[in-house]
Amino acid sequence: MKSHVYRPLWVVIGLVCIILVVRYFYVPKDFGIGRRGYMYGWHRKADVEFWKNYKVKYKGSAYCKDCHSENYNKLMQSPHVIIPCEDCHSPAIDHPMDPQKLQIQKGRGLCLRCHYPLPYPTSGRANIPSIDPDTHNPGTECVMCHNPHNPLEGLK
Amino acid sequence: MNRRDFLKNTARVVGGITLPLTAFKIINPRELLASTGDKTKVRWVFLVDTYKCVGCGMCVRACKLENDIPYDAKVTRTWVERYVITKDGKTHADSPMGARDGFTTSKIDLGIDGYEDIKNADIDKGFFVPKLCNQCENPPCVQVCPVGATFQVPDGVVLVDRTWCIGCGYCIMACPYGVRFFHPVYNTAEKCTFCYHRITKGMKTACVDACPFGARQIGNIKDPNDPVTKIIMTERVGILKEEYGTKPQVYYLGLDREVK
Repeated sequence: MKSHVYRPLWVVIGLVCIILVVRYFYVPKDFGIGRRGYMYGWHRKADVEFWKNYKVKYKGSAYCKDCHSENYNKLMQSPHVIIPCEDCHSPAIDHPMDPQKLQIQKGRGLCLRCHYPLPYPTSGRANIPSIDPDTHNPGTECVMCHNPHNPLEGLK
Repeated sequence: MNRRDFLKNTARVVGGITLPLTAFKIINPRELLASTGDKTKVRWVFLVDTYKCVGCGMCVRACKLENDIPYDAKVTRTWVERYVITKDGKTHADSPMGARDGFTTSKIDLGIDGYEDIKNADIDKGFFVPKLCNQCENPPCVQVCPVGATFQVPDGVVLVDRTWCIGCGYCIMACPYGVRFFHPVYNTAEKCTFCYHRITKGMKTACVDACPFGARQIGNIKDPNDPVTKIIMTERVGILKEEYGTKPQVYYLGLDREVK
């Protein structure tokens, strides 16, 4: 057979070789299959470490306890004890270094998340005391009168 | 045929016949696993109590801040749906901004069609359903990934490799629960990881920690003493879209048939 017949074959073989070489260098060394085979376990293994090392931002109320014991203890005695500090005070991250001051949510919207009246049967929402924001001192921040760390304390 | 050829051929045939069939079998990873014993001691599962959820949306806020999901973008790894079923049999459901700011109005958000006012007297049922990735045992999102960018960790959590995802969006189409989206900053597929960085350190997920009412719980189904395992094994729990065969691992207490 003449060489012009073989020529495309050499081109194809050359392309396959190039792809194999590129693939060898491009695909990470830790790319492999997990315990459930190719369908579910084909991945780059180092990525599991990436997700494990992601930064933790919400530290939990115990993180606040030592420095802010006054408000912490007050909260522990109140019906608001179920609310973690960071829900209203924003995540601690590396406070007090970074951020030095946390952004406290103070708007009416924060309290209305639970205290807007939605008397839905079969939902815990129906049992929470509520106010109608259109008639209950509209435009005033709740914290002007109520103490969020102890709502039963009485009005300021 | 001479004697030499006869002996040669006889040896070949006898050798071929005695070769065991298992020599031709391709190794199946599942069988390999069974023979060496399943060493994973953890399988993360989630439990949602819809009776306890009040729709405050603190979980959504915590998730967005913990996992750096742009706060004002209309994407979120977890969200809370409100279902209101009226006396005329109609189901009204909404989840404005994924309930990031909770539900602070009785009006149902209809999107571009505005708001629908529902009188309290007309309500038969009303409840909130938090949603998040089901970390399926058979995740369809992983099956369809053409490059191996999304995968299942042995403890059951499905993760996305941001450096390897090509952004084709197959997984977003494949997920029957609609929990996947494109991250607005990285432009790769994004999903709930059960806060993998927290649960692997012995902490709870950000949404579980942020929930004041204990409506969300995370546990290890392989630990028979885990309180979540006990509830799943002894109480009436439901799962979403069972008919898809994905074996979702987020269990719900008080699931209603209107919830899809």
